[in-house]
Amino acid sequence: MSEQILEVKHLSKNFGKNQVLKDIDFTVNKGDTISIIGASGSGKSTLLRCINLLETPTAGEIWYRGKNVADRKVKAHEYRSHVGMVFQSFNLFNNLTVLENCIVGQRKVLKKSKQEAKETAMYYLDKVGMAPYINARPRQLSGGQKQRVAIARALAMNPEVLLFDEPTSALDPEMVGEVLAVMQQLAQEGMTMLVVTHEMAFARDVSSRVVYMNDGVICEQGSPADVFGNPQKQETKDFLARFRNT
Amino acid sequence: MDKLIKLFEDVARLWSKYSSFYLDGMKNTLILALVATAIGCVIGLVCGVLNTIPYSKNDNIIKRFFLALIRVLVRIYVEVFRGTPMVLQAVFIFYGLPYFTDNAMRFDDLWTAAILIVSINTGAYMAESVRGGIISIDPGQTEGAKAIGMTHVQTMTNVILPQALRNIMPQIGNNFIINVKDTSVMFIIGFTEFFAFHRYITGVNMLYFPSAAIEMIGYLTMTLLASFLLRWVEKLMDGSSSYELVQVDSLTMSAGNYSHPGKPFAEQNKEKKHLFRGRKRGEQDE
Ligand SMILES: Nc1ncnc2c1ncn2[C@@H]1O[C@H](COP(=O)(O)OP(=O)(O)OP(=O)(O)O)[C@@H](O)[C@H]1O
Ligand SMILES: [Mg+2]
Repeated sequence: MSEQILEVKHLSKNFGKNQVLKDIDFTVNKGDTISIIGASGSGKSTLLRCINLLETPTAGEIWYRGKNVADRKVKAHEYRSHVGMVFQSFNLFNNLTVLENCIVGQRKVLKKSKQEAKETAMYYLDKVGMAPYINARPRQLSGGQKQRVAIARALAMNPEVLLFDEPTSALDPEMVGEVLAVMQQLAQEGMTMLVVTHEMAFARDVSSRVVYMNDGVICEQGSPADVFGNPQKQETKDFLARFRNT
Repeated sequence: MDKLIKLFEDVARLWSKYSSFYLDGMKNTLILALVATAIGCVIGLVCGVLNTIPYSKNDNIIKRFFLALIRVLVRIYVEVFRGTPMVLQAVFIFYGLPYFTDNAMRFDDLWTAAILIVSINTGAYMAESVRGGIISIDPGQTEGAKAIGMTHVQTMTNVILPQALRNIMPQIGNNFIINVKDTSVMFIIGFTEFFAFHRYITGVNMLYFPSAAIEMIGYLTMTLLASFLLRWVEKLMDGSSSYELVQVDSLTMSAGNYSHPGKPFAEQNKEKKHLFRGRKRGEQDE
């Protein structure tokens, strides 16, 4: 059995009276590529944001390396440096160049030397095909390029797991492919990833597990073949049918 | 025409006799405005940063109490010093301090007094500008920084403040220009800035209008210079508007033989075709 990295237990999140996540249980093993699918508003983003503590869970536990990080005593920023996140809106630092974006975290958070940080940044920028653009600023890049830099920035922190929240939803169709290709590559290299996505082909062909969320609960999960080929729950069938029709 | 010639003659006469005074006044004005604007910015920065430290219901009561207290104190400071004339603040502080401390505390040096007063005044304006500058930065920037493990302080110093400062540069410049002009009220405590020399010189020779003309030109020169410098600083902060593509080969070389698992992307691309290259949205599910 492969090593367990994250274990989410009885996770709930309320926004005021609105319960967005309801008693979620789920585990992430090393090397997993988990696609999280589901209708808009089903709580997918909230789940990811709770997992890296950008939202404070209302109840429940998140276990990482023998520690419950949902406990307030745990320093959130320390834990976050092990969990990368790639956002729909890129969130590159606008005041820094591409290279600086990939260096600043390594220098300030990981306290690496300038030389080492630069080498690591260059390695990952090269990996996502953005090495020629190191001197550009975010505003000078296309959406797909920005997202690839954002992935390199996250990778440069050498995270144990990488969270993606609809990384291609803000992109023009012709740029979706370049970002998905990078993600597919990472999955093949054994990076542990959690991907909220509407790209069903990615979920089906690249992920090792598919999680279908509906109305704040994990309605169904399993291998892509099972979930797409032989869904058990009526909600899953309806959701997938809706997708096929569009 | 005659009048103009006469004006020129008077101005020339004044200048030849008092140019060192006028220049000295301009120097004092510029130094006072520059130093006070700089200190005011620091005050504003500190207030703005303290004012925007986030806290939530989950934080402990002491932290919440102190942060709330800070916000109230900054609020009062801003309202008081923004809401009263600087000339009055000058009198109030300059004479108030010795009055209340039985001369134990007083200003032996006019420079200290003038800088203090103008700084506090500028700080009140800057506190609001900085706060506005900070909260106007896209929350995504903070989330991006948090997501790579930065603390609030690291996020502020590396990501938010550089952007906020860039955005409030025009206001900093505005404050500087206002200070160049408004320091003229410092004559009230006897500080000899540019305008104070006008009062002194015309008191001797009654050449009010020619001296005023010199003052007008002097102030305008200083403020125009300030505007020009400001634009230049803004351009500098923006960085170059274009970028150069870097040759990848030379860079992989300079990146040395850092050993990582897996091959760089470029190599792998040659070997295999990607499932998703060029696939369009809407085609995912055939
Ligand atoms: N900060 C917030 N405050 C209040 N309600 C929120 C907040 N964030 C999310 N919600 C609510 O939580 C619910 C789930 O939102 P979430 O963003 O997790 O959905 P999602 O599954 O990611 O949807 P989408 O596919 O549209 O991104 C929604 O009803 C949303 O309105
Ligand atoms: Mg979402």
